[in-house]
Amino acid sequence: MDHQPQLETMAVNPARVGNSKAIRMKSFYKKLAKNKAAMVGAFIVIVFSLLAIFAPLLAPYDPTEMQLSKKLETPSSEHWLGTDDKGRDILSRLLYGSRISLTVGILSTLLGALTGIILGVVAGYYGRWVDSLIMRICDVLLAFPGILLALAIVSVLGASTTNVIIAVAFYAIPTFARIVRGSTLTVKKLEYIDAIKAMGARDTRIIIKHILPNVLSPIIVQSTLYIASAIITASALSFLGMGTKPPTPEWGTMLAQGRSYVAQAPHITLFPGLVILLVVVGFNLFGDGLRDALDPKTKK
Amino acid sequence: MFLYIVRRIFQTIPVMIGVTLAVFLMMHLIPGDAAKIMAGENANPEQIEQMRENLGLNEPLYQQYFSFIGNAVQGDLGNSIRTSRAVTSEIFDSRFWITVQLALVGTVLAVIFGLLAGIISATRKYSFADVSLMVIALFGLSMPNFWLGIMLIYLFSVNLGWFPVAGWGTWEHMILPAITLGTAGAAIIARMTRSSMLEVMDQDYIRTAYAKGVSDKLVIYKHGLRNALIPVVTVVGLQFGTLLGGAVITETVFAVNGLGRLVIDSIRAHDFPMVQGTILVCAVLFVVVNTMVDISYRLLNKRIDLN
Repeated sequence: MDHQPQLETMAVNPARVGNSKAIRMKSFYKKLAKNKAAMVGAFIVIVFSLLAIFAPLLAPYDPTEMQLSKKLETPSSEHWLGTDDKGRDILSRLLYGSRISLTVGILSTLLGALTGIILGVVAGYYGRWVDSLIMRICDVLLAFPGILLALAIVSVLGASTTNVIIAVAFYAIPTFARIVRGSTLTVKKLEYIDAIKAMGARDTRIIIKHILPNVLSPIIVQSTLYIASAIITASALSFLGMGTKPPTPEWGTMLAQGRSYVAQAPHITLFPGLVILLVVVGFNLFGDGLRDALDPKTKK
Repeated sequence: MFLYIVRRIFQTIPVMIGVTLAVFLMMHLIPGDAAKIMAGENANPEQIEQMRENLGLNEPLYQQYFSFIGNAVQGDLGNSIRTSRAVTSEIFDSRFWITVQLALVGTVLAVIFGLLAGIISATRKYSFADVSLMVIALFGLSMPNFWLGIMLIYLFSVNLGWFPVAGWGTWEHMILPAITLGTAGAAIIARMTRSSMLEVMDQDYIRTAYAKGVSDKLVIYKHGLRNALIPVVTVVGLQFGTLLGGAVITETVFAVNGLGRLVIDSIRAHDFPMVQGTILVCAVLFVVVNTMVDISYRLLNKRIDLN
């Protein structure tokens, strides 16, 4: 393999590659920065991430501290968003709740994306029976409509925050696997992959160094959009009593608790719902913006 | 075309087998003794053993799976632990039809509002109406439907008294759950119709039609919309399936006794034969609907290579 470095130099000129990469990145940032909706989305996501990180410093009360004498209070200067049925401060619970909801959304997406990427790249790269097997497994996972797959998994594993992460991640696997498989099939057919193979590069090196970087764009877009739906699914599971258990502050659980008091104290339900809506809008706007910025077909 | 349809139907067989296998394995993946969990906390060893015997858990795993499949094909999904009734009777007596009805009404609402919004947006690109409708669609897509349901109850049932708070039976009972269920679908259809129409309106044949002096209306509705609707049909079909799953939450919020609520109640009661049966029925229905959508898409779009 003495000739390998020479061939590598012939195949790609690092200086030119680096230059074109920098130009592409610059054009991507320019497109993204020009997209006002995406910037609003990014702002919302950053604000909520900061609120989650600094929740212990920002929360005016202990989120689990009950003051029954102050139950169902409407918003006031003392309790900005009012109190719930057990006299707990809703603002503090929302701030602490953002930690759980964002963590569940991001971790489940990471877990699902990672598994999906591995399965997708293996299916696309090796093809044949490996591809058929992995894709049929994905078909089976996609055959469970909506939240039912997550519910089935939680019903087996039991209701807890960790199991919600696993359940929501499971639901993400086939989507990521299909996207990555499709992109891998396209990249695999390119001439430079044949050249690298001819130089004797190992499959793992080809996958990690040459295929994965080329399929990253759709993964980034899908991950951002998936976090949005993961937050909703996780909240829905908690709302149904299949996720995070009370008294832990979680947005879905808060909604479920406020439901019984909707006639007397609608604010208990209103605020957690608004917060979920806002965060999901943020991720959706940012995801849409990323997609437009990464899409070569987008002119401006 | 006939061969394509036959092939497409045959392609669902491995998926169906996979679905039955996944549903069957559910009970065996429960950490701990499934029979003990289902028999309840206060069950004595004899009762647990009886439960194990009733569920056939003493048989080898492959034998259990073949019995499960064999019985399922004959319409026997076992008996509910909670009510002792046959799972299929519990599902098909009324609950299945309620959920299908709810999903159908939700889909119809989603199609009407989604298409209207999409067409208005596409034909008035970047206008105030376009931007407003797309912002509404974004919010519709991002809204947790369990929250929307509660807010609709608060506004229209508790405050205005226009609709009943919960239950099922009359058309008044249907409106709020169907809106709750259909909102996200309407948003998806609106966005899809808009982008599909904008893409079609950018095609050469549309420019040719305009150049020939064809009126705006004729170009938009005859040439534009007709072609733009092809991908929308797929989304509509898929939405129906998705709404079947979404019904779980909507039925819980509005206390509707459909399949969704049955799943939740059964999970809470550790009634696994019921959970398995309901999830299996929903998944099979979803696969059937998706296959039908796929076939109709090919029928509508003759340009697709059937091979």
